[in-house]
Amino acid sequence: MRKIGIAEIEDIALGAALLGAGGGGDPYVGKLVAIGAVQQHGPVTLLEPDEVPDDALVVPIAMMGAPTILGEKAVGGGEYQTLYDAVSSFYGKPIYAFMPIEAGGVNSMLPIAAAARLGLPLVDVDGMGRAFPELQMVTFTIGGGSATPMALVDEKGNSCIFRTITNKWTEELARAVTMACGGSVSVSLYAMEGAFMKRYGVKGIVTRSQMLGSAIRKVKETSQGTPEEEFLRITEGFKLFRGKIGDVLREVRGGFNFGKVLLEGISEYKGRQAYVEFQNENLTVTVDGELLCTTPDLICLVDTETFTPVPTDALKYGKRVLVVGLKCFPLWRTKEGLDLVGPRYFGVDTDYIPLEERCKGGRG
Amino acid sequence: MYKLGIDVGGTNTDAVLIDENLRVVASVKRHTTPDAYDGILDAVRSVLEESGVDRREIGQAMLGTTQCTNAIVERRHLAPIGVLRLGAPASVGIPPMVDWAPDLKAIAVDSAVIGGGFEYDGKELAPLDEDEARRFFTGLKEKGVRSVAISCVFSTVRADHEKAAAALCREVMGEDVHISISSEIGSMGLIERENATILNAALYQVAQSFTEGFARSLADLGVTNAQIYLSQNDGTLMTMDYARRYPILTIACGPTNSIRGASYLSRLRDAIVIDVGGTTTDLGVIQHGFPRESGVAVTIGGVRTNFRMPDVISIGLGGGSIVRQHPDGTVTVGPDSVGYRITEEALCFDGSVCTATDIAVRLGMADLGDRSRVMHLDEAFARKAMETITALAEDAIDAMKVSSDDVDVILVGGGCLILPPKLAGARTVVKHPEGGVANAIGSAISKVSGTYEQLVDYHQLPREQALERAKAGAVRLAVEAGAIRETVEIVDVEDVPLQYYPGNTCRVKVKAAGDLA
Repeated sequence: MRKIGIAEIEDIALGAALLGAGGGGDPYVGKLVAIGAVQQHGPVTLLEPDEVPDDALVVPIAMMGAPTILGEKAVGGGEYQTLYDAVSSFYGKPIYAFMPIEAGGVNSMLPIAAAARLGLPLVDVDGMGRAFPELQMVTFTIGGGSATPMALVDEKGNSCIFRTITNKWTEELARAVTMACGGSVSVSLYAMEGAFMKRYGVKGIVTRSQMLGSAIRKVKETSQGTPEEEFLRITEGFKLFRGKIGDVLREVRGGFNFGKVLLEGISEYKGRQAYVEFQNENLTVTVDGELLCTTPDLICLVDTETFTPVPTDALKYGKRVLVVGLKCFPLWRTKEGLDLVGPRYFGVDTDYIPLEERCKGGRG
Repeated sequence: MYKLGIDVGGTNTDAVLIDENLRVVASVKRHTTPDAYDGILDAVRSVLEESGVDRREIGQAMLGTTQCTNAIVERRHLAPIGVLRLGAPASVGIPPMVDWAPDLKAIAVDSAVIGGGFEYDGKELAPLDEDEARRFFTGLKEKGVRSVAISCVFSTVRADHEKAAAALCREVMGEDVHISISSEIGSMGLIERENATILNAALYQVAQSFTEGFARSLADLGVTNAQIYLSQNDGTLMTMDYARRYPILTIACGPTNSIRGASYLSRLRDAIVIDVGGTTTDLGVIQHGFPRESGVAVTIGGVRTNFRMPDVISIGLGGGSIVRQHPDGTVTVGPDSVGYRITEEALCFDGSVCTATDIAVRLGMADLGDRSRVMHLDEAFARKAMETITALAEDAIDAMKVSSDDVDVILVGGGCLILPPKLAGARTVVKHPEGGVANAIGSAISKVSGTYEQLVDYHQLPREQALERAKAGAVRLAVEAGAIRETVEIVDVEDVPLQYYPGNTCRVKVKAAGDLA
């Protein structure tokens, strides 16, 4: 158990941008929502998963809708009490703690605000260890967990809970309600008991985000080696490429951002070529025709000078980036995990081979 | 009839006099003084003496100044203000100025978030809470506050609540209260737009003092027939009255004026402009004759904002950049510099520091100071240093390009002699003898403009009609800003589809510009 204040939130947000692996949305507005709540109500208690009783109700909090609308309306602050009331009366027991469903991007921040406003603890766990684009892409799906009963509330005080027969219906209904409520709502989903959370959750991910954020912030203060060596050491990252963006091909299909970014090698990679494919998040990295990393391992593009993460929507010609691979949560590497988030699910016709094996040939 | 252009930068105050055919008659460079006023007086007096022009024949005087940026960064002369946001029950989770530094946050005497605002489609989110607004303004009045920032959720879609609140504010606090409303200042993104509005509100005294100071200095010098304008950061002009209402729009007008001046001197309407100073080099892009706008949030004095700013990058390379040879044989240039002390410290000026300028003189690229003072430098070392300088410039050019196609490059600024006539990625590299005062020229030749921006669902209003309406709106705004209607042209049209919005919603933005009346 420890406390999360404003300094910790700053680092977690920066780490969350890295764990977004190109997607997840800009954590900026989420960060302000968390800071606003902590300024008003004081720091949040962060629990280790094992500190949560097995039968306690743990509820992930997230936002649903358009990031640009969140950027206008933010949140009211009263949503979390409404969510609490709806969910705890549905289950007939109090909520013990909140948690993030994804560690990457804006949704890493909102559960901190919820915890601060209601004086409840936050659990150091999530269901991805990164960001993914679709609702069912959480480790809890592997354990048989369900996104519904899902609660949606808006800032005006409207709330609803629905149960659905498939995830497709959940997406359908959630989208309709979200639009009717003004395009950005707060939700709780995959509500679960402590025992289930401990068995399937990605433990320690909030702490890892904070550590990554702090490492990026302080990378230039290193006394041993270059900032790049320091960055790779702390993130336990594999260096895959260093290059200048030569072109970005984009396409919006079914609400997702698809695309491919072409890189021309610089410094020690001069004369070599690479490309990164993405669907909201980065999916694959190919260097000189050789696949070096695929989902579900994390592919992160960071600025070569500042090591700040570069999300897919900020990719543009001429930007110089370091492409880094990070190992995903082990459960994603099982058959069940790969069925949900492996390369084939995203239409990439290749078997999943772990990052560290693909990079054995002396790279990294 | 003559035009007088003045640019007050951090180090220098430049002035130029231009005739009616837009030819440069005289130009001078003087040091900027702490209060700016004396520096302006000095520069204007010198340029008038140099030209011998009858001062009553000066019809227009344009000033570009960094004073607003300095005020924010140095936290000086900022006015106490009130901050009101319309948007509850939405947005309350982020109180105004939540992540501002405490010393800057202290400018807000009082702040509140009250009922009001709209949804993304223009539906009312909550009715405007007029009673609460009145109470807030009454409180400000009692505390002696004279400037108020008003923001509103989705005011970029509908500004009615902001306008109604502004009317209430005038009713309670008096007609002379200074009001900044967010829909006239920023774009999508409530917090960044509100931040820009707050800064604008806090700058009203700064704007008042530099507009009055400029008018007074001209009057003192006998320039009595000139209409006075201020440079904005999009490369166009505004009247004194407009500058007092929107002082924040002067921020970063210096690089903008350089870009416009460079474009004018070289007759290129699409190019990358490299402005080399003593310590840093600014790169910007001229697109259809106007500076390209930045597409990302811009941070000023630690505050994240989203009002329009030129897309400019700065690198640590200038005429005074210090050149060093390292034990491993590598040669570095900058980012530290002797700055304005170059005329004492550089080798070619009998100093003891090897600067980028000395390298250019050694290689015969420039004729400056005493060449014999640099001839002891090893030629291989000088070539290596020049390779470093060239690589810095070429990397920066690359960062400003939108594709790998070669572009035209214009070099301006006092330090541009350190760059070679050929650069990778550049189709042509152009220099002009007057390039040293490109910023003041840019200020003098500027037009006036208007920008119209709105979200439109093309399913409800077809694209053609939406664009026509936006163009008419932009022309109307340009004329209101002082342009002659017959000369107004549409200079930029942009419609961006918005992901996640229902229907086919696009952000439509049109800019028009014309000559001054």
